Amino acid sequence: MPQASSAAIGARDSSGRRPLARLSPAAVSWIKAIVFALALVPLGRLVAGVFLRSLGTNPVEAIIRSLGTWTLVFLCLTLAVTPLRKLTGWHWLLRLRRMLGLYAFFYAVLHFTSYVWLDQGLDLVAILHDIPKRPFITVGFTCLMLLVPLAATSTDAMVRRLGAARWRVLHRLVYVVAVGGVVHFWWLVKRDVTEPAIYAVVVATLLGYRLVSALRSRG
Amino acid sequence: MLIKRPDPIRPSEITPRDVYVRRRELMKAAGAAALGTLLPPPAHAEGRFAGARKSAYSTDERAASLKEITTYNNFYEFGTDKESPSEYAKRLKTSPWTLAVEGEVRRPRTYGVEDLLRFPLEERIYRLRCVEGWSLVIPWTGFELKNLIEQVQPTGKAKFVEFVTAYQPDNMPGVRLRILDWPYVEGLRMDEAMHPLTLLAVGLYGDILPNQNGAPVRLVVPWKYGFKSGKSLVRIRFVENQPKTAWEKAVPSEYGFYSNVNPDVPHPRWSQATEKRLGEGRFLPRIIKTQIFNGYGDQVARLYAGMDLKRYF
Repeated sequence: MPQASSAAIGARDSSGRRPLARLSPAAVSWIKAIVFALALVPLGRLVAGVFLRSLGTNPVEAIIRSLGTWTLVFLCLTLAVTPLRKLTGWHWLLRLRRMLGLYAFFYAVLHFTSYVWLDQGLDLVAILHDIPKRPFITVGFTCLMLLVPLAATSTDAMVRRLGAARWRVLHRLVYVVAVGGVVHFWWLVKRDVTEPAIYAVVVATLLGYRLVSALRSRG
Repeated sequence: MLIKRPDPIRPSEITPRDVYVRRRELMKAAGAAALGTLLPPPAHAEGRFAGARKSAYSTDERAASLKEITTYNNFYEFGTDKESPSEYAKRLKTSPWTLAVEGEVRRPRTYGVEDLLRFPLEERIYRLRCVEGWSLVIPWTGFELKNLIEQVQPTGKAKFVEFVTAYQPDNMPGVRLRILDWPYVEGLRMDEAMHPLTLLAVGLYGDILPNQNGAPVRLVVPWKYGFKSGKSLVRIRFVENQPKTAWEKAVPSEYGFYSNVNPDVPHPRWSQATEKRLGEGRFLPRIIKTQIFNGYGDQVARLYAGMDLKRYF
């Protein structure tokens, strides 16, 4: 039966002997709850920062930058689940993946919303002009659009409707989004590409791992 | 990882204590002044340049606070993020300091900082528009570059002015990254340099210019994007041919020699039609329409009469 890949595989077929390899369902639920709460901390800090006026001279830039950074961080965390699971044998990590991916989408939406609202002042004409004209915005917007079907098909019911095989192919779009996210950041900075380069290395490592294991299992 | 991320800004750490303390007096003075007058907040009573003449060229818009002006700077020699200069620029060695004025002039001269302070100093409250789409209103103290130019007497060959800024590799952590061709060089056409709005600033908010804002002497050209206003000048050279500026050399397609503020000439990454006015607004900066020549068109538009501003961006 082509069952849901996200939730079901988890703890069952784990064969690890290491102590963290097998966790009780209750422990996994706790971990999920903690990660869920921690993932809201960046947003909470920004909201508090606006009201405490502690975001510096240009709070709009600070907000948009931070939301973009956290989108990339959650994309990387989502992509790190499979390699980490395989390397450590902690199969319960898979139970966090959907939430991490949805947080990437959540921060991407907030990032875009803050650009539309705080940066452009809801000037739709200017925004529609900007999206095709500024390459880094074109790429960023495309990535956001690509995340929409992934978020929409993240429920168990949607996995069942699509079938695990098709669902998996569709969700490989996240590789494109991660690469696009780094390009978006890279094209945005004026001269100093140190920070985007760090994300480029992380994304390249996470995708490279998949490529290598795919080649190995084939050959 | 989620909880250890440091605060992007720690005001108590990055603002020098004396500046930080003085700011309170400043705010009080500004508050008191605001009660009785619609004039921009006057510098303050105790600063080094407290007596500087107020200028008719000043805007009456509300100036940003000293803290806002001194903790959000583009000064790549001290790092590419906005907070780095306020943290690292204290390493800049500003004494002894000389400003060499040379090239196509009859009377080349090397000025010490004390010589510069003998020029007629004025307080000029100018808008500063950054190419990145934000702006600040800043109360500078300085004198018209024209006054200095008249002293050195340019020859007929002097068509352009090149401004060379400090390069102190031991004190500037940012120059290790070869993101620009150091030292940072800027340039103006002779008539732009002679324009009465073009200022050599030595002070901010009535006191000595903080290092991160370009101590001990910097250029201020209010109708051009901020990067044209070179900081911490060490040499001014009069030349016949248009100088190659640091940003032109780095990305010629994005930064032109003129770089006049112009809402109709978009930068590849920023539309330039609007700007965020920092230091205003209750919680978030106001979005305002960008004006041609940053609102100084009445004074400077004639310099560019008949010129295609899209071509000469």
